[in-house]
Amino acid sequence: MAAVTLLKPETQDKGQLAVLARDVRKSFGRVAALRGIDLEVPWGQFLTILGANGSGKTTLLRILATLARPTSGEIRVAGIDPLRNAPAVRRIIGVVTHQPLLYGDLTVGENLAFYARMYDLKRPHEKIAQCLAALGMERRLEVKARTLSHGMQKRVSIARALLHDPIILLMDEPESGLDSEAVEMLEHTLRSPSSDSLRTVVMTTHNLERGLAVGDQVAILADGRIAYLEQCAGVTVAEVRSTYMALTGSTL
Amino acid sequence: MSGFFRPMAAILWKDLLLELRTRDVVASLFIFALLVVVIFNFALDPAPELVAVTAPGIVWVAFAFSGMLGLNRGFVMEKEQGTMDGLLLSPAGREAIYVGKLLASFLFMVLMEIMIYPVFAALFNLPFFLPSFIAISLASTLGFAAVGTVFSATAVNTRSRDIMLPLLLMPVTVPVFLGAVKVTGNALAGEGWAASASWFQLVAIFDILFLVVAAFLFEYVLEE
Repeated sequence: MAAVTLLKPETQDKGQLAVLARDVRKSFGRVAALRGIDLEVPWGQFLTILGANGSGKTTLLRILATLARPTSGEIRVAGIDPLRNAPAVRRIIGVVTHQPLLYGDLTVGENLAFYARMYDLKRPHEKIAQCLAALGMERRLEVKARTLSHGMQKRVSIARALLHDPIILLMDEPESGLDSEAVEMLEHTLRSPSSDSLRTVVMTTHNLERGLAVGDQVAILADGRIAYLEQCAGVTVAEVRSTYMALTGSTL
Repeated sequence: MSGFFRPMAAILWKDLLLELRTRDVVASLFIFALLVVVIFNFALDPAPELVAVTAPGIVWVAFAFSGMLGLNRGFVMEKEQGTMDGLLLSPAGREAIYVGKLLASFLFMVLMEIMIYPVFAALFNLPFFLPSFIAISLASTLGFAAVGTVFSATAVNTRSRDIMLPLLLMPVTVPVFLGAVKVTGNALAGEGWAASASWFQLVAIFDILFLVVAAFLFEYVLEE
């Protein structure tokens, strides 16, 4: 299994936080999706965010990914204010959304070549081969995206997010639709010790066991706020599950 | 500049490749324009004096309404496939996305015009080759696509996008079609370039103005 090498950028300052959110609020009309998010993710940390449907997980990730503007609050991604310099943030983040962001009538290779050009990547074919190999998709290069299963499309989507060697990964339920082999590949790719890069991951999930296994920190988002934040090493699945139930009123 | 040209070329390449695979846009534009031309041909008396008066209007009705279909498809396709976020997540400047989309729409419309004009000329017994008509078609289509690309990106997020685009686009592009119809009329009447100079200037000014304004506005249009 090939590992995706992330390069450590010159700009990465270990003293800074990879992700910082201060009192971030977001409303859609009268509906408040986020009611004051405070979050600090140090470099190299893997933050797992749990939350019921409608708790604001996707909205938070979309704001961090520059796809949505907060109604109020302060955000820094790698020390950069995305509201002032969104292109600089986009260059260093990789994003996996619910949608695979693939063109059905293009092949896997053509899709990734398109995104490589959008990121103005040098040696795109090498990067494409590396990323596809990391997710076990190297033999699907010439296959049209629409003929792939949902899980396969998800793998290609993750390869797309990794294509430009992002130092921060924002992943919205990346394991949904993936089989266990693909989930293992994904975890290996995310946790690859192949470089000295301080790769930071913010991942939302409904899979508590997986989330705790791969994460350094676990947060529970409830009612538009971070209601719980702990180091994964210091908690058990049972503890987090009961806390989750108490905070959200639903089960994982 | 590679930060502009590579993403812009990537979007153009991607849209052309998708069109080559599906033939959705150009085929729809051609069939719509063909219907317009054929219906007018049945409806109107083919007397030369009447054709000279009505032909410029007919050809531009066909080009404009069929072109609108193409402009609508550009962003609807991105929305339907869920790929809009992919474009927005890239660090490419929004002006690169704008120009890439604009060029794709422009090429699809020009292709439709190249296919439909010979049919139109044959049906109405008009000359097949008119240099000033070709020039004004290119200039007017560029202006139409320049404004239409921005409005298409605006309309795609509305529920009534199919109605919204013509409502937004038609009033703004009146100068383009005014110039286009006048120059086409002069060309069909056998008048020289000099007779159409002021109309060419009008369309050229529109093109330059709206290319600059639209490229600037596009970033704000794409924001949530």
